[in-house]
Amino acid sequence: MGTLADLISSTLVFSVALIFAALGGVFSERSGVFNIGLEGMMTAGAFGAAIASYYMETDGGATTSSPWVGLIAGVACGLVFALLHAYATVSLKADQTIVGVVINILAVAVTLYLVKIIFEGAGDTAQLQNVFAKWPIPLLSDIPFIGRAFFNSYPTTYLAYILVPLSSYLLFKTPFGLRLRSVGEHPGAADTVGINVTKYRYIGVLISGALAGLGGATITLTTTSNFSHSTISGQGFIAIAALIFGRWNPYGVFGAAFFFGMAQALRNFLTRFEFSQSIPTEFLYMLPYVLTLIVLAGAVGKSVRGPAAAGEAYDPSKR
Amino acid sequence: MNKAAEIFNKPSTYIPFIAIVLGLLCGGIVMWIGGYNPFEAYGALWKTVFGTKYDFGETIVAITPILFTGLAVGFAFRTGIFNIGADGQYIIGMTAATFIGLKVHLPAFIHAPLALIVGMLCGALWGALVGWLKAYRGVNEVISAIMLNWIALYLSNYILRDFLVKKGEQKTPNIDETASLSIGWLKDFMEGARMDWGIWIGLLCVVIFYVLLWRTKQGYELRAVGHNADAAKAAGINIKASFIKTMMISGAFAGLGGVFSVLGVFHYQVVQAASAGYGFDGIAVALLGGNHPVGILLGAILFGGLTYGSAGMNFEADVPSEIVRIVIGSIIFFVASHGLIRTVIQPLFKKRKSRERKGADMNGNVG
Repeated sequence: MGTLADLISSTLVFSVALIFAALGGVFSERSGVFNIGLEGMMTAGAFGAAIASYYMETDGGATTSSPWVGLIAGVACGLVFALLHAYATVSLKADQTIVGVVINILAVAVTLYLVKIIFEGAGDTAQLQNVFAKWPIPLLSDIPFIGRAFFNSYPTTYLAYILVPLSSYLLFKTPFGLRLRSVGEHPGAADTVGINVTKYRYIGVLISGALAGLGGATITLTTTSNFSHSTISGQGFIAIAALIFGRWNPYGVFGAAFFFGMAQALRNFLTRFEFSQSIPTEFLYMLPYVLTLIVLAGAVGKSVRGPAAAGEAYDPSKR
Repeated sequence: MNKAAEIFNKPSTYIPFIAIVLGLLCGGIVMWIGGYNPFEAYGALWKTVFGTKYDFGETIVAITPILFTGLAVGFAFRTGIFNIGADGQYIIGMTAATFIGLKVHLPAFIHAPLALIVGMLCGALWGALVGWLKAYRGVNEVISAIMLNWIALYLSNYILRDFLVKKGEQKTPNIDETASLSIGWLKDFMEGARMDWGIWIGLLCVVIFYVLLWRTKQGYELRAVGHNADAAKAAGINIKASFIKTMMISGAFAGLGGVFSVLGVFHYQVVQAASAGYGFDGIAVALLGGNHPVGILLGAILFGGLTYGSAGMNFEADVPSEIVRIVIGSIIFFVASHGLIRTVIQPLFKKRKSRERKGADMNGNVG
């Protein structure tokens, strides 16, 4: 039981970044903007967190607060690229897929360019001395099994516990959520009843950038402790998969991200056991992706459908 | 509406050129902010690409894989599928070619073609899987392709590690000489640049792409599905079969890219922690080229040139090579946001509209 609790605990660590980014995707796509640029926005977030925390440590003299500053900086960096995405896709009505690809290219290039300038040619940032430590939650962490699995983790994990139900509430129980979703399903009808399509799409994309940035920052501040070209490597795309797998629903996203997070945790975990020697590690790595395909191709696939208007720029003249 | 303004409502032939200029300008500004001399840097880039025959040859080596993945993505786009899986198809094609090149021993006239065809077919099948999942199981092609990219990477690493790579090494031995698709005399002529059949087959694929889509009934159907799947279905086109066919052809293009990297350029394959990302470059090139084969070719030349040239820029002007990715990203951004270019350019354009009206009629048909 103890080892299983450890597995869940480390799964959560890997899942949280995916949860944030995929939640961001939910807001963006529910508002009708496809966001393949999550990868780039996560990269920006991871970069922002590394740089801000680094300067807090070296110049700011702060130690305990520096990961928090990093977290905020990560969100800010994600927002910068989200603003570019929103401006291009919503205001200029550019193709959403293309702009997403651009965001990915630009974010990786700009961040590495800056890293090379700041660290005089080095390909990665210096190792951070102060990253998040685990916070055992009083009382809850004393519950057998559950405490060890769920309530002895990084602050970002608890943030995810809050953000998932909050997102669900926002989307499905508030007028704001109703408007956001209506803009993603039928912008023409939404426009007719006086909902500002442009405004809600901007909000959707900006939330996605903030959350993806938060996700990227989480990876820097809990897993890698620095930023390099390989810090994100594909997490944003897995977040998109989690978004679709989770059916554009915050709780679904949580489950899907947990599933993918477990894939990463399993790699480290299974090496503890004797039997794993006989299975090629590549198959262990492959497992979650194969399982996803099987699950999607089986029962779930047919009913998966995203917001109706996601992917299209809104053109009032075609109402 | 006047014709002259109208062509700027469509992704016309003007837009990419303006976008390239603006992209280079953006790169220049970023370099200037970073404390570098943009003129020196672009000079070094130009010199690297066109400096010697060797460099020019190696630029072609850089162009080839992007051309193939660009064709793969562009072809799928034309028929309404976003193939984000060219990366995986590329890896599968590469691995299959390596396997045949190392494990099968045959005379040259059959060995190399066999390795090429098997690599291409494996890429095609990997692509077809995406098409099948979309057509018959309703799985979103973006998610299945992303999953298959990772599966391809790990499957390839497994095959390499367990069958092809000696213990403790990270790369395979060189493939048999008989499987090589290098062109010896051209290599000598280009002062040792790794010249192979890749670019020639790539150019052939440009033609095949065009003929398939615009000169055959099959291609007409595929494009009809791309325009409007529901209408195509109503018109009696089997859209499920169409998805699979499209993805097979698309996967074959991407697979060929991988084939030539092994049989033509490197002659060996390396165990990788992550993919080389040619599939994503392919997306960029297809978008820049307007999903037209000639556009894709031009896009691949531009990207390949910039990519190879960035090494020299780094070496000579000490500018981080990422600057080229910034330029590439900006170019695609401006192509996608042609509304921006339109608003900036149109006032200039209106003054000359009467003079250019005739030209606009002709250009309006292109693209």
